[in-house]
Formats: sequence, structure tokens, C-alpha cells
Amino acid sequence: MSDVTRMTATEVAALVAGGEASAVEVTRAHLDRIAEVDDRVHAFLHVDTEGALAAARDVDARRAAGEPLGPLAGVPVAVKDVLTTRGVPTTAGSKILENWRPPYDSTIVTRLRAAGTVPIGKTNMDEFAMGSSTEYSAYGPTNNPWDLGRIPGGSGGGSAAALAAYEAPLAIGSDTGGSIRQPGAVTGTVGAKPTYGGTSRYGLIAFSSSLDTPGPCARTVEDAALLHAVIGGHDPRDSTSIPAPVPDVVAAARLGATGDLTGVRLGIVTQFSGEGAEPGVLAAFRESVDTLTKLGAEVVEVSCPHFEYALPAYYLIAPSECSSNLARFDGVRFGLRVGDDGVKSLEEVMSLTRDQGFGPEVKRRIILGTYALSSGYYDAYYGQAQKVRTLITRDFTAAFEQVDVLISPTTPFVAFPFGSRTGDPYQMYLADLYTIPTNLYGGPAISVPCGLSEGLPVGLQIMAPTMADDRMYRVAAALESAVGTFTPPAL
Amino acid sequence: MAAISREEVAHLARLSRLAVTEEELQTFAGQLDVILQSVARVGEVTAADIPPTSHSVPLTNVLREDVVVPCLTPAEALSGAPDVEEQRFRVPRILDEEA
Repeated sequence: MSDVTRMTATEVAALVAGGEASAVEVTRAHLDRIAEVDDRVHAFLHVDTEGALAAARDVDARRAAGEPLGPLAGVPVAVKDVLTTRGVPTTAGSKILENWRPPYDSTIVTRLRAAGTVPIGKTNMDEFAMGSSTEYSAYGPTNNPWDLGRIPGGSGGGSAAALAAYEAPLAIGSDTGGSIRQPGAVTGTVGAKPTYGGTSRYGLIAFSSSLDTPGPCARTVEDAALLHAVIGGHDPRDSTSIPAPVPDVVAAARLGATGDLTGVRLGIVTQFSGEGAEPGVLAAFRESVDTLTKLGAEVVEVSCPHFEYALPAYYLIAPSECSSNLARFDGVRFGLRVGDDGVKSLEEVMSLTRDQGFGPEVKRRIILGTYALSSGYYDAYYGQAQKVRTLITRDFTAAFEQVDVLISPTTPFVAFPFGSRTGDPYQMYLADLYTIPTNLYGGPAISVPCGLSEGLPVGLQIMAPTMADDRMYRVAAALESAVGTFTPPAL
Repeated sequence: MAAISREEVAHLARLSRLAVTEEELQTFAGQLDVILQSVARVGEVTAADIPPTSHSVPLTNVLREDVVVPCLTPAEALSGAPDVEEQRFRVPRILDEEA
């Protein structure tokens, strides 16, 4: 058996299904890889060795008993620490939840277990998924396997880095403003944000409820589609879950892999024509457009005049919802409590707990959200931002009357060195410039590696209409078939 | 003119139950000012007749049948709490000395 850690999830599942390797052997190989490299990468906050081996043994027992196995049975999967896992520490990257062990599984994790995948551990992230670099994790940053001195993207940097470092073939992320796609782009991996409501938020620790979308991360488009099919679909426990079947994303990925895009219309957004983007990123993007054209796609320019207002609208809506959602972390029911000395009042204890439990980015957004929602400013800020959301939705609707999908670079720049943007929060927010419009609209989008700039990965983003997730997988797989995958230097 | 003052940030921190330090206040006031001046652009394009969108999907209340089903035990529900007494969350006293 060659090194299973280098294989795709599809290949690993075939090995297990064919009896060439047991799920336990596959799991041990990945646990060994984590032990070998994670002190340098720091993709994981918690490795669930016993739980993973138990899940793997269960798959092996089911196979021995002749039970049918799902297409990803026996494949290890890393789970972003924002999703609750029963009995396994879940911190959302925050000190305020240090050592918290949830008494229940999120729906995503329940479905992962039912499909026979092997949850192997919890991955690092910006605190409460707020950030674009994983520098705001309370447990220290994750390092990009392409260059350990650079950021792995955020907020799901741990999930993306675990894939790029061959610590897991699959991972789960959550995308509020680009937190799956942006880390995917800067680590040379695939990250997909499904249609909002296409994957369950039950058990996803809420940041901005109207935007948060859990989704798949993988090293190939087909693997991402297989994982998407496992975790997607209606969940009666989530009032925002769409009661409709997930489009056949796996078939779409396989169709795309044939490399034929004849009849597919791609739109390039005029407003994303490149201001603020690095020349190397733009060059890789233009080369990809040429490649897609050679595969038979028709490319046209489409105007989305309100996209330039997406970033300001997002940075009013997301903090507003965050200030409300994070009110539950008050030292009463979860984790940390500071100052309970019998002298201080409940209010003082709450204030001290929240001050010591939350990091700077979370505090900044709570204060910003409280401001945007406060009397006198609500109409000027939050109300206007919700109107911008309407305008952006109209832009998408008009665009999708002309084209099947929209394409853009995923990020304006490649992975930047640690600390280079933390001093200026608004500069950091620009990292999500291209990804945010889809979150406000609710549609699906995927980032697929499309080239290198200065030796670092560049991602191409494909955006599709709501509930047309299959379209983006087809185009992503076609591009992947033409440009291949990208391998980071040895760690 | 600054969009937000240091005093306003201090007031918002109190409303948010965040006991921030003087140094944090100073830093946040400057940063929030830059952020607010940047995001204020949202008002440039929003005419009065544009309806706001709060959510990209229609929201419906999800109600299940009123039937008793297995759920968390009291011990499980309280397992993450910092302090527990008689199967309840134990909180610090609510009233201060003066009250």
C-alpha cells in the first residue's frame, strides 16, 4: 500500500471498500502524519485519537459483516472547531469555551458519522469564525503548509491547512463571508460554500445566522462534491434549512472532469476587474479564463453595480448579528467564569468573563454591532445594509439571466506573512472582497486552485444561482482537469 | 470629524458587558472610526423604495408535535456550566451592595 495520506478521499474509500486497507490502517496513517507535522502546522486544536479509531473499527466491522458502505466510508475528516461534537472539546477558537465538551452532535457531524467517515479531530480557526487569517485564534495561529511564515487564510485556516499538509483528505468548514473559499485559495485546496440553507446550521456555533453556511473542503473537486452530498439536505431542526433535495453535485463534478464546457456561459463581473488585486493573482485568473474558453465555455462580461457595496454592508450585518449571538456567552451556562468571588455582582462577573474570554477581533465586532443596532443609528447603518443586500440579490438575479455562473479570483492576494494586516482591521477585511457578495445573496460558490503566483497558490471562484450548486462543481472540475492540482513543498 | 468617540466606545462596551481596559478603548476607538467611515458608504445607493432583505431564504417557524421525546438529562444539560447547584445553573448574586 502506497502512502494513503497522499491519496484523494475517493481513492482512500476505494481502498477500504476493496479490502486493500482497513479503515483502522487508514486512520492510523493520518494520525501518524498529524503527529509528524502538526507541531509545525498547528492545524488541529484537538485530535480525537480514540474516537477516530473507534469509528474506523466500526467501518471495518460493517464491511466484514457484508453491510453496504457509503462512498466515503473509512475516510478521515477534520472538522472545524465551530461544529459541536458530542463529548469532544469544541471551542470555536475561543478561550471562553476552553475545554467545553458539548452534550450533542451537530447535524453535519451526525451525517458524517452515519456515512462512515472518520472524524479525526477539530481544526483551528479564527475566534468564533471572525477573521481572514486564523491569526485571531485564541490558541495561536495555523501556519500555511506552502510557507510556514504565512497565513493559511481564515477563518477556516486549520481545515485548509490540514488538507494541504496531508493530515486529512477531507475537512469541514463554515463560510460566513468567505471562510471556506478564502483558506482554500491560499492553501491550494478546494473549498465550497453551498447554497445558504442547503446544509444544516444545527450545532454550528452561530456567528452571523443569516450568513453562516457549513460546507466541504477537499483536495479535489470530486472529493468536495462527495462530501457535499453527505452533509447536505434538509434538516427539520434548522428553520432556515431548505426543504428540497441537494442537486446531484457528484454527477456534475464527474461531468466537468471530462473537460467539456461546450454551451456553458461564464460571466466575469466588471466590478471585479482587478482594482486592489495583485498582478500575479490577476495573471493566473486571466490564464484560467483562457483555459475555460478552450474547454468550450463562452465568456462574457457582466455588470453587478452594487457589488462594491457588499463589503461595507457585510461589515454592518455580520457584526450586528454577532453582537446578538454572542450575548449567550455570559459565564452562566458555558465554560469560562471570571471574578465569581462572592463579592462581585452578576453584571460584573459577566463583564469580566467576556473581557477575558473574548479576543480583540470579537470585541471589536461586538462593539461595532452594538453601535449599528443602537437607537439612532439603526436606520443609518443596519437598515441601509439590509437594503444593499436587496440590491446585490437583484444584481445576481440579473446576471444569472445572462450567464450560467460568475467567475472571479477568490482572493485579491496570495497568502500574506503573519502580522502584516492585523494592525489595520479594514485592510484585513479586504481579503474577503470577492467572496462576500455570495453570502449576502445566499447562493453557492466554490474556490478551485487555478495557478501559482510567487510560488504560492491562487484560487478561482465560481458563483452559481441558489440551489444550482451542481453548476459550479461542473465548471470547477473542468478547470481542475485542465490545470491539475498543486502540491506544496515537503514539510 | 470622527465617526465615533472614545466615550461612545466606552458606553457601547458597557452595554455589551465588556470590561475593556483603557488601552483597548484607545485602540478600538481609532479602529472603529476607520471601519465606520468606510462602511458608511452603504447609504449612497439605498433609495427609500428598496425593501430590506434580512435573510436569503423565507423563514418559517419550525414546530414539532407536542410529544414527549428523549432529550438531554439534567446532568448533560448542566455539564458545560461553570457552577451548578441543585440541578440548576448557579449564578453570582444579582444585586450589588448598594441595591
